[in-house]
Amino acid sequence: MEKVAKLVQGNEAIAEGAFYAGARFYAGYPITPSSEIADISSRRLPKLGGIYMQMEDEIASIAAVIGASLTGTKSFTATSGPGFSLMQENLGVAIMGEVPCVLVEVQRSGPSTGLATRPGQSDYMQIRWGRHGDQTLIALAPASVAECFSLTVQAFNLSEKFRTPVVLAADEIVGHMRENFVFPAPGEIPVIDRQKPTVAPAEYQPFNFGIDGAAPLASFGSDYTFHITTTMHGENGYASTDPANATRRITHLHRKLEANRDEIVLTKSYDTEDCDVLIIAAGAVTRTAREAALEARKSGIKAGVLQLITIWPFPDKEVAAAAAKAKKVIVAEMNYAGQLAGEVLKAVGNSVELKKVNTFNGEVMYPQAILQEIQRAPGSFVAGAK
Amino acid sequence: MAVSTGLKYLKESALPHQWCSGCGNGVALRALLRSFEELEYASNKVVVVTGIGCWGKADIYIRTSALHVTHGRALAYATGVKAANPDLHVVVLMGDGDGATIGGNHLIHSARRNMDLTAIIVNNFNYGMTGGQQSAMTPAGSITSTTSYGNPERAFDICALAEAAGANYVARETIYNGQALKNRMKEGLANKGFSLIEVVSPCTTLYGPRNNMREPVSMLRWLKKEGVPTSEFDKLLNPEADGYFRTGKLVSKQVPDFSTRYREIQARVQGEMAGKQK
Repeated sequence: MEKVAKLVQGNEAIAEGAFYAGARFYAGYPITPSSEIADISSRRLPKLGGIYMQMEDEIASIAAVIGASLTGTKSFTATSGPGFSLMQENLGVAIMGEVPCVLVEVQRSGPSTGLATRPGQSDYMQIRWGRHGDQTLIALAPASVAECFSLTVQAFNLSEKFRTPVVLAADEIVGHMRENFVFPAPGEIPVIDRQKPTVAPAEYQPFNFGIDGAAPLASFGSDYTFHITTTMHGENGYASTDPANATRRITHLHRKLEANRDEIVLTKSYDTEDCDVLIIAAGAVTRTAREAALEARKSGIKAGVLQLITIWPFPDKEVAAAAAKAKKVIVAEMNYAGQLAGEVLKAVGNSVELKKVNTFNGEVMYPQAILQEIQRAPGSFVAGAK
Repeated sequence: MAVSTGLKYLKESALPHQWCSGCGNGVALRALLRSFEELEYASNKVVVVTGIGCWGKADIYIRTSALHVTHGRALAYATGVKAANPDLHVVVLMGDGDGATIGGNHLIHSARRNMDLTAIIVNNFNYGMTGGQQSAMTPAGSITSTTSYGNPERAFDICALAEAAGANYVARETIYNGQALKNRMKEGLANKGFSLIEVVSPCTTLYGPRNNMREPVSMLRWLKKEGVPTSEFDKLLNPEADGYFRTGKLVSKQVPDFSTRYREIQARVQGEMAGKQK
């Protein structure tokens, strides 16, 4: 079949990426700017033999997704900031119960209801730390329609492989932009399915993990009868208050991602080989940063861009390696505090001059904002600069 | 037929159980396991979903697949399990705090959606695990650790609520009558669509002693006297004012459940798709 490029919206590419990865269950609650993912899922899933459910709220949405995933069905939901806040407690269930699922968060601007239709990147820290208790997860951030598709597939792959929820941390710009895109043919992008148990049903333990990997996960309704609790539990899936077990359990939740971080962490470099000024960005701001870097090169300043594709676990080694060659590092992001900049600082310390460029007014970040910072001489003080 | 015991579904290695002396949960558990046995359910085809609460610990003692989750959300998890695999028997065990208070929104929507789930709400009138606080099913005027001067709020009639929200099967029994309880659970499990069984049960440690029923047996006597079948209830002059409540089967309908309706939609759109390709 001849491949034809189509104008595709980011949110559409996310939904189609999920179906490509094998997702056949969606439960969600409408919220701007993610609603197209629900709309498309409601139309496409019944045709694919899958299920779309509109739940009573986001709490129920993520709960239903986790329940469906335990039947062996790849499952996902999509939301934005306020809905993501509501999902936090049950997202912890997916982490503690080690249930694969994908949660798309199309970030919008501002606290509370904020600027509901405008872009933001202010939930990176909430994605990492929004839940109670010792826990961690994986988050990926697309910067284009093509990445909306490919990273959604990747999100499912990582989720299935490591038995962990994965957050696709999109933003309103990539969610709503339209770009030419050719949908990949089946088999073009690898699709990973969770490992199923092979032991006799009587011997199966749902949390029988090696410390650095995930245990096989049976499906409800299969030959395996098993118990999942998100109370602190032993390998058999029953509650345990043994301190040694708790230590092992919490360590495992972290270690299975830490030990495999090189496989999980993705970045992209643009003109960083010779750059004096390194711009670090994620999501839609990557595009702004690339434009600014190209402009800077026209005026003789060697600028390059490091795009953080994986946000969590944070690409600390990649950031440190790229920053080691630069005279100045600029972290550009659409939030006030510099959520990514704080992590960059942890990775590079005082080894290089670090500047932040932040916008948080609901507008797309313009290249001029970054260009101004690039053109400032290293070490010079400019009133008003952060 | 030999009398069912439910023992093959009991995880005996988890005994002794953690419930208080005189608690009704044991009777409710036995009734549930007996109904599994009489319906000849295979353990791997049953998923018991529980939230947080005394009755929410019941999954520990049951030898079927189980999912123990967050407070109030068991029905939402169960909805996902059932929708993704409609061949499973999905049973949701909740207390009055878990199912009717924090989880009230999921309860009405599960009934409206007519998910083929069986919700068994053990109502012991208060939050047992946290020290006996008021719930949405604590009777008006009664004493709990957070209504020391009498409950100013009214209790939900959870059966009437489930009926109004569209449940296919609704029943109420007390743990005084284990046989009737087993029969209602069996009917609820066998009835497709959303089923709710309210199990009125004594909290002998917290609720009873605070409400002039110091001895466990006095709570049982109270349940025996106040829970009456509809035929008797309707003969009473002022039943509600005197604290009486209806027991027995209250609603039994056969409205198509969510999964049946959704499968029809899938078949229709797939048929239209196949038609277009011809």
